[in-house]
Amino acid sequence: MELERARDFVKTPLGDAVLAGAIAAVLALPLLGFRLTDAAQGAGIEFRPGYLLATVAIVFLGRLALNYIRTLSLASRPPPALLRAFALRRATSPQGGGKEELSPSGATEPSLDVEAQSHLPQRGEVEAPTRSEALRVGGPPRAALPSAEIETPSNLPLVGRSIPPKRFSAKADRVGGALLDTAGLWALIAFAVALPLLPFAERNVIDTATLILLYVLLATGLNITVGLAGLLDLGYVAFYAVGAYSYALLTTALGFSFWEAMPLAGVFAAAFGLMLGFPVLRLRGDYLAIVTLGFGQIVRVVLINWTEVTGGPNGISGIARPSFFGLPFQPTIEGQTSFADYFGVPFSPLQRIYFLYYLILAVALLAMLFVWRLKRLPLGRAFEALREDETASIALGLNPTIIKLSAFALGAGIAGIAGALFATRQGFISPESFTFVETAIILSIVVLGGMGSQLGIVLAAILLVGLPEWFRELADYRMVAFGAAMVLIMLWRPHGLTRVRRPTLMLKQSAAPRAGAGARA
Amino acid sequence: MSRMVSASLHVEHLSMRFGGLLALNDLTFRAQAGQITAIIGPNGAGKTTLFNCLTGFYRAPVGRMRLTVGARDHYFLERMDAHRIARDAGVVRTFQNVRLFSTMSALENLVVAQHRDFSAAGRNPLAVLFGAPRHRRALKNALNWGRYWLNRVGLIEVADAAAGALPYGSQRRLEIARAMCARPTLLCLDEPAAGLNPRESHQLNELLLDIRQDHGVSMLLIEHDMSVVMQISDHIVVLDHGICIADGQPRYVRTDPAVIRAYLGETPSPETIKKVTPR
Repeated sequence: MELERARDFVKTPLGDAVLAGAIAAVLALPLLGFRLTDAAQGAGIEFRPGYLLATVAIVFLGRLALNYIRTLSLASRPPPALLRAFALRRATSPQGGGKEELSPSGATEPSLDVEAQSHLPQRGEVEAPTRSEALRVGGPPRAALPSAEIETPSNLPLVGRSIPPKRFSAKADRVGGALLDTAGLWALIAFAVALPLLPFAERNVIDTATLILLYVLLATGLNITVGLAGLLDLGYVAFYAVGAYSYALLTTALGFSFWEAMPLAGVFAAAFGLMLGFPVLRLRGDYLAIVTLGFGQIVRVVLINWTEVTGGPNGISGIARPSFFGLPFQPTIEGQTSFADYFGVPFSPLQRIYFLYYLILAVALLAMLFVWRLKRLPLGRAFEALREDETASIALGLNPTIIKLSAFALGAGIAGIAGALFATRQGFISPESFTFVETAIILSIVVLGGMGSQLGIVLAAILLVGLPEWFRELADYRMVAFGAAMVLIMLWRPHGLTRVRRPTLMLKQSAAPRAGAGARA
Repeated sequence: MSRMVSASLHVEHLSMRFGGLLALNDLTFRAQAGQITAIIGPNGAGKTTLFNCLTGFYRAPVGRMRLTVGARDHYFLERMDAHRIARDAGVVRTFQNVRLFSTMSALENLVVAQHRDFSAAGRNPLAVLFGAPRHRRALKNALNWGRYWLNRVGLIEVADAAAGALPYGSQRRLEIARAMCARPTLLCLDEPAAGLNPRESHQLNELLLDIRQDHGVSMLLIEHDMSVVMQISDHIVVLDHGICIADGQPRYVRTDPAVIRAYLGETPSPETIKKVTPR
């Protein structure tokens, strides 16, 4: 009897919070409650009840608050406006960073009573996305899990319930998404263009922004391979390295100029993309990931050991800085016209920083435009078809070899150009810059942004590259916060910040002559 | 449209082995041009294996599969890659478990299937990238053709919805429309009526008969639903354990003792013969 009463109590919001507090106490006691101190006679142990109490209190109160919010939102129908807005925002807003507004189309959708209905068949509505899909980047398609999987009794841990089953109508989703996506993207572009003119734009801000843009460029390339074609490429950094080293060697050893070497770096990297593509044509999913991972390591190891060419671990220094179409950014030297001389302005090192920023911005925008266009081309649709179902695409006569190789080559080419820009920005490169962690970050940007989404990539790059740079004061806790942020985002938006996929072709209503004829078959 | 020629198929001595299992054993049959040829048989008889061999997903070690398109064009399917069998010979299949490009819209599914026609408009990447007139025209044609088929299978209303979000019956029809968008000469349908209710399978019958009439495409049909098989097929091939045990018109095949034995596993009495036909 006692046990049953205890069990019932735990099922109440208060009891659940008490339980959570107790667990927190058990965990916090050894972790936070005791501290090893350096006492006069050797080591001593200091008991810190304050830390312990604070932890338990935070967990208990937080849990309690969450429980009550949830019971409220479940019990009341219609729910209070605030909660309703919160739930709608979660259900309909297609992106995280933008303004959350209650769209009129969304407001008509009762999204809070989905808990009660989620066991009903969901056919005919837009698919309820499942978490497993968010990480599914290659391999054979799995049947979508039924959304009822998410349904849990109301007092199970919050984590399992933080994603409401989505059953908004496809139309509202699409229209709202399109507006926000386009508007958001234009706003970001306008901001990026204006950034150097803004008052707070000091050198380090521009530097960070340049770094972000570089990652936007890299992620845009990887997005072709992983997001569009569904080929999980864990060796992506190899192409970045090939681009950077090509650029470095072409400019230092062969005396190419920046504008000659950058496209060539892209071409070399694309050639490497083809080289990787051939052996992995038959591989799918996990196996593909492993082989590409190996390829990335091979390239790095070659860079370290091929000392005569790559300089080994010392890398290559003295790489040509970008020039303003032939005019270098440097203090006045006899016999050379620099940028400052030509335009009759005093020399400032900031000129190069600004130029590089705008250069990378322009290249990133071009790459994004290219991907935008690619999605609307037959090749882009073939990429997506291959991602969705390779067998079915082959059965329709699509040539998987050509499609896969193009995906690898295009992604790699963009990475190569990014590598060239990286090399010219740093002036020095070494194999250390091209470790697997780079691939992981770029892949995280793609996944976090929502596979195949352009705006998502920009937002995720700002989040993943920008925030760690700006929060350097957090020192060691930075990476902890980084990890926590990623976990939270994936819980909150399992499909990435913006996941809405819009058709690349729409049947215009006016162009459908016999819309009613559909009832026939 | 461009290639609405039907094809006849001659399968000769086709054998396929998986380890110790002989999935297809010296199989020989013909599918006439412009006809619907049904392939039936108990589970595990080798029907889907046959499709996989025909469409190049399996490589049959023995046998010949000759596809004759029109009067002159011969394709030896056993020598071709899977995607070329679909693209060049025009043998296009649907799948037992529907395989649509589920996040793509219904219309996109149909446009992807016409990839060949885009390639025919030229491969110059710059012309493609900047949308040269020929490529725009190709897209317009593809859209029109896609729209035609969406109308045909009654899915024009959901043209822009994700294919994976459609009801099951609609997905089945969309898959057939997608296969037709690839402009097949021989359409291979793997259990198109599976999971359909009686009304839907009746509509399917009409759709398939219409397709054959309007487009003259030959069809191979794997099906368990005898109401579909008996009503629309011109010719039936019965497989059991990889062997062709009967081959002929529906009215002969349904009373063939060997067929009844294969399905029921016993020597039939006159009463059981009547029970065999419905599933």
